[in-house]
This record gives sequence, C-alpha cells and structure tokens, in this order.
Amino acid sequence: MAIFLNENSRILVQGITGSEGGKHTRRMVASGSNVVAGVTPGKGGQTVTAEGRDIPVFNSVAEAREATGADVAVVFVPPRFTKGAVIEAVDAGVPLAVVITEGVPVHDTASFFAYAQAAGTTRVIGPNCPGLISPGKSNAGIIPATITGSGPIGLVSKSGTLTYQMMYELRDIGFSTAIGIGGDPIIGTTHIDALAAFEDDPETEAIVMIGEIGGDAEERAAAFIAENVTKPVVGYVAGFTAPEGKTMGHAGAIVSGSSGTAAAKQEALEAVGVKVGRTPSATARLMRDLLG
Amino acid sequence: MDLYEYQAKEMFADHGVATQVGVVVTSPKAARDAAEQIGGTVVVKAQVKTGGRGKAGGVKLASDPADAEAKAEGILGLDIKGHIVNKVLVVPASDIAEEYYVSYLVDRANRSFLAMASVEGGVDIEEVAATNPEALAKVAIDPLTGVDRAKAEEIVAQANFPAEIADDVAAMLVDLWDVFVGEDATLVEVNPLVQTPTGEVLALDGKVTLDGNADFRHPAHAELADEQAEDPLELRAAAKGLNYVKLSGEVGIIGNGAGLVMSTLDVVAYAGEEFGGVKPANFLDIGGGASAEVMADGLEIILGDPEVKAVFVNVFGGITACDAVAAGIIQAFAILADRGETPDKPLVVRLDGNNADVGRKILVEAEHDLIEMVETMDDAARRVAELAAQGA
Repeated sequence: MAIFLNENSRILVQGITGSEGGKHTRRMVASGSNVVAGVTPGKGGQTVTAEGRDIPVFNSVAEAREATGADVAVVFVPPRFTKGAVIEAVDAGVPLAVVITEGVPVHDTASFFAYAQAAGTTRVIGPNCPGLISPGKSNAGIIPATITGSGPIGLVSKSGTLTYQMMYELRDIGFSTAIGIGGDPIIGTTHIDALAAFEDDPETEAIVMIGEIGGDAEERAAAFIAENVTKPVVGYVAGFTAPEGKTMGHAGAIVSGSSGTAAAKQEALEAVGVKVGRTPSATARLMRDLLG
Repeated sequence: MDLYEYQAKEMFADHGVATQVGVVVTSPKAARDAAEQIGGTVVVKAQVKTGGRGKAGGVKLASDPADAEAKAEGILGLDIKGHIVNKVLVVPASDIAEEYYVSYLVDRANRSFLAMASVEGGVDIEEVAATNPEALAKVAIDPLTGVDRAKAEEIVAQANFPAEIADDVAAMLVDLWDVFVGEDATLVEVNPLVQTPTGEVLALDGKVTLDGNADFRHPAHAELADEQAEDPLELRAAAKGLNYVKLSGEVGIIGNGAGLVMSTLDVVAYAGEEFGGVKPANFLDIGGGASAEVMADGLEIILGDPEVKAVFVNVFGGITACDAVAAGIIQAFAILADRGETPDKPLVVRLDGNNADVGRKILVEAEHDLIEMVETMDDAARRVAELAAQGA
C-alpha cells in the first residue's frame, strides 16, 4: 500500500526537457520510479535519456497519457506556465498532479485547484512542494530516495528539507509514504487529506505531521485528528521565533496579527493528544517511543 | 508586498473605484500647499503599513492650510507600532453619514477566495468578527467565475447594505474585484467604505497586498516598493536574490529550505535560553543549490550585521551534496577575502544527508580557525549559542 503513489504508478514529467525537469527525471528513474513519458509543447517526438532508458517526449499531456497510460503528472514548468500545465493534466484526466514549481501566483493556484475540483478527476499536490515518495515503490518529485527505505511511518509536511530531516532521523525505521504538501497559501492537498489517507492505509502504523506558521491548517488538522484518526500522530511546528508580518521563505509562512502562530498550532495539536516535539530530533524521539 | 493607503487608492482609481486620491507629501510645508490646493477642511493621514493609525494620533483634521502644516509637523516622524511616518496623505475631509466594510482575500482554509462585508465599518473588523460575527457577511468566491454583478448583489444582500446605496456598493464590489484579480492582490480591503450625506459612496481608506510571485506579469509593481522603509540588510540581500529576514539577535543563521531554517531559528532560541538569552539574528534560506557563490553572498550579508557574534550554517543535503556545500563554505571565505572582507566570527557547521561524511572531512581537513563542526542540529545550536554569548 502507501498513499497516493505506489509500485504501479506511471509517471509523466511536464517540463521534462528543462534543466530541473531533466535532472529530476534522471533522479526519479535512478530511484526506481517508472517514468513513462515527458511533455514539452513543441518537442514531441524527441526522447530524454535517463539511466540508459529513452523516455518519449510528447507535445501534450493527452497524447502522453493516451500513448503510455501515465497516471501521475509531475510538473516542473516555470511559474508563468504552471496554471496551463495543471489544467492540461486535469483535462487529460490524470488522477494525480504533483506541482513542484515554486513561485506560482496564488491566483493561478486558486484557478487550477478550482478547475481540478470542478472536474473531479485529479488530486493536486503542491505547488511549491518536493512531491512524495513511497520508498521502494515510487518517487514523484525531488525527495532524495537514498535517505531511507520503506517502513510503517507516514509523514506529511509543509516543508521539503524538514521532510528530509525527519526521514533521516527515523531512517532505521522507514516510511510508508512521505509527502511534502508545500508552504504556499493555497495548496492542493492538505494535512487533513494526507492524514485521512494514512488512516486508511494498512501499511501506515503511525504518522508524523510537520507544520509551520501561517494560516490555520494545523488547527484544522488537529480537529480532524480528534474525530477521525485512530493511529498515533506526533507533530512538529516550525516558526516559534518568526516575527509578526514577515514572510519566512514560504509564501504562506507568515504570522498575521495574532493568527497563524506556531504556539497556537502546538496548543491545538496537544489539546487533541498529539505530542509535539520541540525540535525535529525531539519529535523523532517521540515517534520512537510511540513505536516502542 | 503591502501598499500604502495612497498607493492602494491610486490603484483603486485606476480600476474605476470611487475614492479620494488626495496628495501625498513628505514635509509640513508641502502639506500646507496641498491643503491650499484642495481647499476647505482636509484630513492629514500618516502613511504607514500598519493599522491603528487613528488611535496613535496619525490621522488629524485640519481646518486650513496653516493647520494642515501644523498637523503634518506633528505626524511626520511619529513611530506607529515601529513604523516611522515619512509621508502623509492630504485629502479633502468627507462628511460621513455611514461607515461600512468590504474586502476580498485569499481563503486558505477553503483553498479559494472570500468576500467579507459589513455595515459595521470604520472599526477594527477583527473585533466585529469576534464580538458580533452575524454582522460580518462572508461569501465564498469561485476563482473560476469571480465577482460579476450578480455575485456583487449577493454580497450586498448578505451584508444588509441599505437599499439606497445597494447599487453603488455592488458596482464598487465589481471594480474592487477587478483590482483583486487584475493586480494579483491577495488582499483588497476598504475600511471604511462611506456613504456621504449626499448619498455618494466612497472608498475612504484602502489596503492592498500584492502577490510577489506575480511580479512577472506586473512590471509596474516594482515602482511601488519603498526602499527607504526597508531594512538595509534586507535590501542588500534582496539585490543578491537571497531570501533573508533581519531579526534582532546575535546568532547569524544560514540554512537550506524555508522549513529547516525556521526550525533552526527556534532551536537556536531554545539553546540560547541557557546562554543569557541569545537569539537568532536572521532568517536566511540559501535554497537547494547552495553554491559557493551563494554561500559567500549569504555570509557577506550576515557578517555585515554588526549584532552577529557567531554564525550557524545548518544544511541538510537533499539534492545538494554536502561535499559541495563544504567546499562552498571554504571557497566563500576565499571569495570574501577577494572582496576585501575579513570574517572574524566563529562559524558552527552542521552537515547531514547526501555525502555528509565527505563534506565533514573537507571541513576538518581545511583546519580553518573559524569553522567548527558539530554532528547534530541540537548540539550545534547549543554550541553556536554558547559562542555568541561569549562574543557578546
């Protein structure tokens, strides 16, 4: 099992002929992902070589899906083309679109997310995220596959490097799926979506949830956990020292007035019995204690 | 980027929203001239990017040009919640019959947009939301269809605007939506939206936040930045393309990834509690690449902060290999030497992840006097806090 991504996933890369798209396609293939197609408008008919394999490039997602049966789109196109790329994936009926691109205008994200919701065919992850990995099965995005292998922990995080850090801390135990949902104000897949999927995933025994300042996604996740999650959850929240009104790297990481603070998020999680670590290492220790 | 009131209202006017643009000035004398040009009673308003100006004495009525000069004299230079007033806006005084509230914003919870409107305007809207939530109408906006006349009428009806101004408010809501979408704003707020005794509807104050990610389609937005009001180190960092936020502490921070850097700030602050309360001096995310050049730029900015006593480089090599990061740190010192800088503050480095062993070996073998390596993030944070406390 695992969530959203498994050994049967057939990946297509939008923007495969760009430098980031090409580099990460090679990394995905090297980690065992089944990358079946690339899409770059105007470059249909070319191939991209990764680990000795020739991956066909198509002009459109529809053609690529038709020819290869791809069911995961990983989007590496520049911000100004991202909205169009995601809409194309939705129109082609791709069930999962993983948007890695950083710097997408929030109006564009709002539009393509609404479009995907209306179509009802496509789960969007991101934008501005590292993607997701189900170790040993498939890797869609930029998460390094060498940190750890498969195991019983599910991980959902707004942050890329904190995802890697937590995978590293718990590398001897391993993960069912680790998913970076991104730190933008509007994201396609939330903590709650991932928590619900982990709850239903028989392979996942316990969940690490990493949040950060801005918005109230963690508070809402806490309420969801109280009602719907029976598996043990440990949490970590970054940004206790962030000043009010300053964006801390991620477009959505901002404390506005008294809302979006790390303290409020920690409090909400602890109120529903989620233990929250003071540092990433302390959080990993909580998970170890929990798994015995 | 938050806009000043005068910038927001100029933007409103460009999109057909009824407002008072007024004259923005930076000296009492110019305020007098503006008042003379406008004629009659005017309002002198502090231009700062924070709320609560009225309570802080930053908004004053002036009955004539001499009075406008005196009021501007008193307002210019005021410190309003840490924002120094460098500009005032002079506008005609409006007779106000009623004050209302409207806004559009990003609705993070519903991953969409939201309109808010209230007939209880002119006051802190968060207070209205807390004490009298029924008085604040919230209407979800579909990003695919936006706000047309029908949607605007729905907002007006939900907020119970009086019938005699319903049409004008609906028209203004359509124009404000044009601002919100057309300018790639994440917030457009009018508080108060007023009805004058003659029945005219005006956006008397305006607040706009623009999405920096959309700058590529709004070249004109660059002119709205107020460099004078920015922190000089933040400006220098921005010019180098670095993601840097100045804080008030002693430990310079460099890391990769926004989440990890935020976490590093917290861990250093916790460790600092043991060492006289030293705190992080900045947020600096050098991103995935972490080349020698970027590392040098980052170090240069951080070492340019006189408050910094010690520096913590905290990198988890994901895509980036730690050997490249280690080599980058060594090279950064050479680049800084070439630029005529002589770093003299201790650097605590923690490397983990991709090729960490090789990276650590490079730093050990370099035997650099200022560089100290510590295995884990928590221990490294303690060590750098200790060094900063010693240097302070």
